Amino acid sequence: MPHDPPAVDDILAAVTDRFGPLETTAFRGQTSLVVPEPQSFDLLSHLKEQGFDLLVDVTCVDYLEYRGAKQRYGLVYLLASTTTNQRLTVRVFVDDPEPRVRSVVPLWRAADWLEREVWDLFGITFAGHPDLRRLVMPEEFTAHPLRKDYPLQGRGERHNFPVITRDHS
Amino acid sequence: MSIAPAPRSFHSDAPADAAAERSEDYLWTLNFGPQHPATHTTLRLVLKLDGERVVDAMPEMGYLHSGFEKIGEHLSYNQYVTVTDRMNYISPMANNVAWHHAVEKLLGIDLTPRCRSIRTIIAELARISDHLLSNGAVGLDTGAFTFFLYAFYQREVIYDIFETLCGARFTNSWTRVGGVSHDFTPLVIEKIRTFVKTFPKTLNDMERLLTRNRIFVDRTKGVGVLSKEEAINGGATGPVARASGVTRDLRKDEPYLAYEDFDFQICCASAGDCYARYLVRMAEMRESLKIVAQAIENIPAGQVNVGIDQRTALPTKQQVYSTIEGTISHFELSMSNRGFEVPCGESYGATEAPNGELGFYLVGDGSDRAYRARCRPPSVLHFALFPQLIRGHTLSDVVAVLGSLNIIAAELDR
Repeated sequence: MPHDPPAVDDILAAVTDRFGPLETTAFRGQTSLVVPEPQSFDLLSHLKEQGFDLLVDVTCVDYLEYRGAKQRYGLVYLLASTTTNQRLTVRVFVDDPEPRVRSVVPLWRAADWLEREVWDLFGITFAGHPDLRRLVMPEEFTAHPLRKDYPLQGRGERHNFPVITRDHS
Repeated sequence: MSIAPAPRSFHSDAPADAAAERSEDYLWTLNFGPQHPATHTTLRLVLKLDGERVVDAMPEMGYLHSGFEKIGEHLSYNQYVTVTDRMNYISPMANNVAWHHAVEKLLGIDLTPRCRSIRTIIAELARISDHLLSNGAVGLDTGAFTFFLYAFYQREVIYDIFETLCGARFTNSWTRVGGVSHDFTPLVIEKIRTFVKTFPKTLNDMERLLTRNRIFVDRTKGVGVLSKEEAINGGATGPVARASGVTRDLRKDEPYLAYEDFDFQICCASAGDCYARYLVRMAEMRESLKIVAQAIENIPAGQVNVGIDQRTALPTKQQVYSTIEGTISHFELSMSNRGFEVPCGESYGATEAPNGELGFYLVGDGSDRAYRARCRPPSVLHFALFPQLIRGHTLSDVVAVLGSLNIIAAELDR
């Protein structure tokens, strides 16, 4: 199977033309692109047109205790192309008190549940998401457990969960 | 835009919804799971039925959520492998390999040729055992019990190989940073050779039992069709995507371990239905067996773990007792505050697990624990596709579609 040499540089040049200079980093052969929150949707939409048709993952990192971090939440969009097999990481940083980013569900259906999971575990609001509910935690849960200020042992929420008996189900 | 938000009206009884629901009075709601023999694990579907026809489905997950990603921030890179066993528990070895592949990518470790080769063999055996169960379960759910037993008997043989290798059948925890816990012994090699010889016969029997079985074909052909565009847009990977014509397989596209050295094909289909997914898995087992057959006769000699100088894998007992470097290395690796050096960086390492792309996004902060250990499970994206696949089919097709997507709740919820 022929492997085309990755033309990530060309893609990045096109991105710079359109969105101005963006911070890029390369680590272990992976290129990552930092974009300000207001431009994130347009950039991802542009990259999708450029051939990054597969949204591999949407996740988040809470940099609360990370040395040298300026903003608290760093969203991670892992993109890949099913034709050229290139990969690109897009980072969007948001901060308390109201972490909010525009949803990419209109671009990729895959983002639906991935964004719900990020909302569930980190409490980041995705504006424009059609159905932003908790995905893995119960509906009664109030905290966002993957935040760094949430303890590993929990805060005793389970004791307060409603008990459904057979008569009331 | 073909987004199908799960209808909230299932649970709420707001007056506005009540009017809408009255016009659909003939529909009734069926709760499927979380405890149901055909879900195989704990997941829940709320089905809206028109007679026997599924009008809509609302999948729910989280019944098995155990906070694996949170635990990953509190266990060291070697300890966390025990948790990855519990993710996709029908092929734990594949998860072990995926986890340490990602860790080694973050740490920038180059494995020895022998380690790459034996990890490849074990990962392919794990793929065979995973496909055996998932295809066996599709057979079981559509009424082919004998087929399931044929498949399960061969899984037992693979379990036996794993037990001989590392002493555990299910929760193997076999890989380590920079190596493995147990090297291949002559007995393991002998057992794998026997498996390579005997398995094709069972595979032929299984194909003769089911592939042209009229009942099975009628139950699965044209059911749960996923088009290529939908598969890519929905983030499907692995056999589910390949059955829809997406020619993506990380073993070829981003060769890792020793996959570059072996001759094998990527198995694809274009129909995208349950039957195509069954065929792709059957074909992939043959390809995996080809890889194992090539690799088992060509295992490179030499050390299996990376050298002492890299200070990541524990040295052998002989090195510890007879060399000063071995003693120091063993001591430092056993101390919680010494360990190995981890860069302050972020990387994503992915492998082609039996179910699809299994990747870990790791953030290192210099300590021996990951700052963030995100697992990218293939099942989540496949389960999200479920409502679209089942709409318009009958209730009995639910189990066929669920089985062919191979949803593993432990991996789904983590």
